[in-house]
Amino acid sequence: MSEKIAESRGGRQQPPAVIELTDVHKWYGNFHALKNIDLTVRKGERIVVCGPSGSGKSTLIRCINRLEVHQRGSIHVNGVLLTNQTKNIKEVRQEVGMCFQQFNLFSHMTILENLTLAPILVRKMPANDAVDLAMSYLKRVNIADQHDKYPGQLSGGQQQRVAIARSLCMAPKVMLFDEPTSALDPEMIKEVLEVMVDLANEGMTMICVTHEMGFAKSVADRVVFMDMGEIVEENTPDEFFDNPQVDRTQSFLNQILSH
Amino acid sequence: MANLVFIPAPDLPPPPGQVGIIRWLKLNFFKDTFSSVLTLLGLYFIFWITGPLLSWFILDAVYAGDSAACNAAEGACWSFIRAQIKLFLFGLFPRDLLWRPILAAALLAITFALTATRIIPVLAMVLCWTALVLISYWLFAGGFGLQSVPTTKWGGLMLTLMLSVIGIVTSIPLGILLALGRRSKIGLISFLSVVFIESIRGIPLVTILFMATILLPLFMAQGADLSTVFRVQIGIILFSTAYIAEVVRGGLQGIDSGQQEAADALGLSGWKSTALIILPQALANVLSPLIGRCIALLKDTALVIVVGLLDFLGIAKAAAQSALWLGFEAEAFIFCAAIYWVLCFGLSRYGRSLEQIGAAK
Repeated sequence: MSEKIAESRGGRQQPPAVIELTDVHKWYGNFHALKNIDLTVRKGERIVVCGPSGSGKSTLIRCINRLEVHQRGSIHVNGVLLTNQTKNIKEVRQEVGMCFQQFNLFSHMTILENLTLAPILVRKMPANDAVDLAMSYLKRVNIADQHDKYPGQLSGGQQQRVAIARSLCMAPKVMLFDEPTSALDPEMIKEVLEVMVDLANEGMTMICVTHEMGFAKSVADRVVFMDMGEIVEENTPDEFFDNPQVDRTQSFLNQILSH
Repeated sequence: MANLVFIPAPDLPPPPGQVGIIRWLKLNFFKDTFSSVLTLLGLYFIFWITGPLLSWFILDAVYAGDSAACNAAEGACWSFIRAQIKLFLFGLFPRDLLWRPILAAALLAITFALTATRIIPVLAMVLCWTALVLISYWLFAGGFGLQSVPTTKWGGLMLTLMLSVIGIVTSIPLGILLALGRRSKIGLISFLSVVFIESIRGIPLVTILFMATILLPLFMAQGADLSTVFRVQIGIILFSTAYIAEVVRGGLQGIDSGQQEAADALGLSGWKSTALIILPQALANVLSPLIGRCIALLKDTALVIVVGLLDFLGIAKAAAQSALWLGFEAEAFIFCAAIYWVLCFGLSRYGRSLEQIGAAK
């Protein structure tokens, strides 16, 4: 189904759309948190979402794996339409990995248990295979020697790398990052960004909500700027930073780049 | 010159009165005249208080002999406890069948040891405690090849332990379910949970016990005859469940919402994330109040005396009124208090050790 959408939209040379949001709206009570969101993310694309706080960036990506429920419009993930149906939600969540600002590792489990839990319970993987898989991902994020520790014994940067590895163990088709470096001390931001850049270079489809403009410039295919619940501007990083089309983008960039 | 070796003389002992207990006493109690006087006064006061207690408890006490010997003596009558120990422990349980409650106590000790040492997984613990409850009940009541013993014969420490252990073991899982029910997204379940919890919490335990013995039979089907022990047990379980539910709810509220979100994002189902992610952390956070509820329940069972059951305290009171050993209430209650204290203090220490295991993570 996703391929059909891709063909009808952009022709043969474009990779298929993995995520399709059409006219998505969300309200918290009377507050209109997301307005008329249209966004298509194709396989292998790296999207950076930025904007002032309260602009709806986090809400947007949390709607994609249904941590938040949208009230109007449609969201397709990997061809599956997100509705109230538990089956669809489960299917989508298995294909979408997510990293949180506060890492959200399971604090009563060891690092290894954090990584093997979902593959064993959700993917029904044999325990031995899950451990092998987990150790291989822990090696990739340079943290294999800490596998029997508890999350509270690791630094913030290490915890976030574990969280990324935990998501990757589910072999997701898309990774969502919700301000993954915002809770980190400056010296730990780099180690997490390096892992994310590696991931991008391997062709992972990614949507990152982040204020790391350096990351956006070097990795993103597109930058999406949001304000007041709307997508204000969507452009390539070069155009976005050097030649913003909208005043609101200009003033946002002035604020975050001025110092 | 070369074969001269320096050999140090052995150290001299420190001057007397400058080290050890003598120096410590000197510094803390006899530093000057004033503190020496205070110390002596204090010693006299301590002796004045403890002297009579010491002679009553130990020096003048009667350890063997009949009630006549006790009445003649000044001190405590510990021979009364010795003579009536079976009554205290087993109530009126047939004396030739005492191996049954003793075996049940041994099984309880083994199950508790297995749980406390954590050498078996959680699921096995649940199975062990369930089996303990069923086997103990069989040992108490009989049937299936054992001579049956009516519940009116159950009493003493055995009854207290039965009411408490079954109360705790049953009300913890029920309380957890109720706490989850109160947070349920399904309005009816959450409403019913709130109604149950708030109703029970608004009623004193004594009232619940009266209601269980008098009102419960009115609601039951004709011919269904439930003995007082069971009705009281149900009352205790209901009471304890409501309180444990509130303790667990406190633990659930303390868990960061990010834990649930992370479990959701990984595709874990609602039950799996509750059982494996949320509950273990919530329960670990409320271990201390949870153990507190268990201790309170153990002590609260003494209230069953008001509906005529002879639990540990009830039997102690009755024993002191028996014709043969009339009037040794003080000894009976002191013995009771000592056993209650040992049980509760043991539980409390166990709770502390659990918290330390949790803190080590």
